[in-house]
Amino acid sequence: MSVDAKIADDEGVGTRLYWAVADSWTIVLRGLTHYVRQPSNIAWQLGFPIVSVLLFGYVFGSAMSVPGGGDYQEFLMPGMFGMTMAFGFMNTAYIVVYDKARGVTDRFRSMPMAPSAVVTGRGVGDLIGASLDLVVLGLTALAIGWRSSGGVLDTLAAFGLLLLLRFALIWIGVVLGLLVPNEEAAGSLFAVAFPFGMISSAFTAPSLMPDWLGAIALWNPVSSTVTASRELFGNPVATGDTWIEQHALLMAVVWPVVITLIFLPLAVRRFQRLSR
Amino acid sequence: MPEHAILAEGIRKNYGEKRALDGFDLQVPKGMVYGLLGPNGAGKTTAVRILTTLVRLDGGRAEVAGLDVATQARQVRRRIGLAGQHAAVDEILTGRQNLRMFGRLFHLGKKRAAERAEELLEQFDLLEAADKGIKTYSGGMRRRLDLAASMIFAPDVLFLDEPTTGLDPRGRNEVWDAVRSLVARGTTVLLTTQYLDEADQLAGRIAVIDRGRVIADGPPESLKRLIGGDRIEVVVRDPANLSAAAAVVARVASAEPEIDETAGRVHAPVAERVAALTEVARTLQDDGIAVEDIGLRRPTLDEVFLRLTGHRADDDEPATKEKVQA
Ligand SMILES: Nc1ncnc2c1ncn2[C@@H]1O[C@H](COP(=O)(O)OP(=O)(O)OP(=O)(O)O)[C@@H](O)[C@H]1O
Ligand SMILES: [Mg+2]
Repeated sequence: MSVDAKIADDEGVGTRLYWAVADSWTIVLRGLTHYVRQPSNIAWQLGFPIVSVLLFGYVFGSAMSVPGGGDYQEFLMPGMFGMTMAFGFMNTAYIVVYDKARGVTDRFRSMPMAPSAVVTGRGVGDLIGASLDLVVLGLTALAIGWRSSGGVLDTLAAFGLLLLLRFALIWIGVVLGLLVPNEEAAGSLFAVAFPFGMISSAFTAPSLMPDWLGAIALWNPVSSTVTASRELFGNPVATGDTWIEQHALLMAVVWPVVITLIFLPLAVRRFQRLSR
Repeated sequence: MPEHAILAEGIRKNYGEKRALDGFDLQVPKGMVYGLLGPNGAGKTTAVRILTTLVRLDGGRAEVAGLDVATQARQVRRRIGLAGQHAAVDEILTGRQNLRMFGRLFHLGKKRAAERAEELLEQFDLLEAADKGIKTYSGGMRRRLDLAASMIFAPDVLFLDEPTTGLDPRGRNEVWDAVRSLVARGTTVLLTTQYLDEADQLAGRIAVIDRGRVIADGPPESLKRLIGGDRIEVVVRDPANLSAAAAVVARVASAEPEIDETAGRVHAPVAERVAALTEVARTLQDDGIAVEDIGLRRPTLDEVFLRLTGHRADDDEPATKEKVQA
């Protein structure tokens, strides 16, 4: 049978590294092919933020005020970007549970591919997907009049922070995906994602919320990212003088790092537990 | 070179209190189809998952292609193919995209992966549907694609976990043909099944597994002899004739006939199938015993177990265990 000779069993570090990267790339391509083959998924994913933009921007917009002044639409857009990133972990969780439930993960694990590639490929693929989301949302925002008055570098930094949040949430997505039993259960993760995205400074200033809710919103990592990106975009910020609000830029880096440090090892451990 | 494709010695695997495998032994010679036959919850999938390095064993040892599954997992993975109990293909991708992706992950070059995908699509008669999404595939097509994916590398040992469960007879035949052509090329196959018929059709040797251990093994013929082979079954119209019919059946049977009073049925294992059937039919007619139904049939898995273990195939498994594949 015309099949290539088996690869030598004792391969060097260089070969291993090569295949770790090559295998990750194969998984990235798989994720991108999913995007191409299911365009309606992108529509669903961006449907919510876009409808929110239209609803809050036009319908409720006139009734919403930004503490400290400023245009509500300008205030809202970075919130939508942040919320989309926050919801993103559901995509990760969904594909992880899908692969697990359908036996695809087992097939990968029974193959000679680099074990790390499943996770790194997933991570890179998700970041590319999230960047696409941001491009589409950004263009929508531009179309309805939103502008970044920050410099090019600041604007890029703002998008970078948004992606950093999404990156950190990949690991939460992987952990949740390995925890829930099946795809239907993954759907109910929306009950987690929704408050996570909404109880934040995305739509309104935490100072306008009841005290206890406001406190949660203040310390929600989404808020730090959203506030930091507002600062960098030069959009209305509407922050109070609490420490967490004053250090949004710092916390927009610290939160994702902390989340990654906690959940990346957890994700790896959960993955290894599959062989119990 | 090792003489066994698979060697398992006293494998134990516990899930909490549950002993999924409890001293599981297996010796599979190279180049044959080996059937692992057992009812729900017997431990078939657990055995396959251990042998394919997916789960760790708690005790005992196992070698696949002469390599230890616990300490040489990576090397083992280069020599095996696995088609699990569910068709594990990416349903969002097309058939061709799936095979190319798996080819790449088996570390074939890009060009070679593409070529191999075409070879397999052709071999498994999937060329026509190659560019359609898997969601449009029938159960049999999915299974064939799954098999194709497990054969990308022409594995030394191929593991098939209930490859035809949930398929209609046509899909089943498609899969059987695929397995046969593979074995003709020298691959060793370990096949688990709940169907005696399937093991009989495909396997050169069968092991019967019950409650985590092998309780009988041998070539299908000797196993069938052990459990009595095919059975003749007669249902009489008038229950009063039941014992008379049993006496007729006893003359050709290779064991004491079993009588089911309520159903008016008598059945017994026979060696010379057709001769026995004609003999019994003629004698019953001569004796004027009216017959509702008469025929030959394979022993059911239940009967096999009753025979081998003295207890029925465990029914105490939760009914929720999913048997139908997606
Ligand atoms: N991950 C697990 N956690 C807990 N128990 C398990 C697990 N996997 C299997 N078991 C139990 O181990 C026993 C053997 O299961 P296994 O899946 O190997 O059986 P099987 O012969 O493949 O059955 P089936 O024909 O239903 O596929 C069963 O009682 C099952 O409930
Ligand atoms: Mg099973």
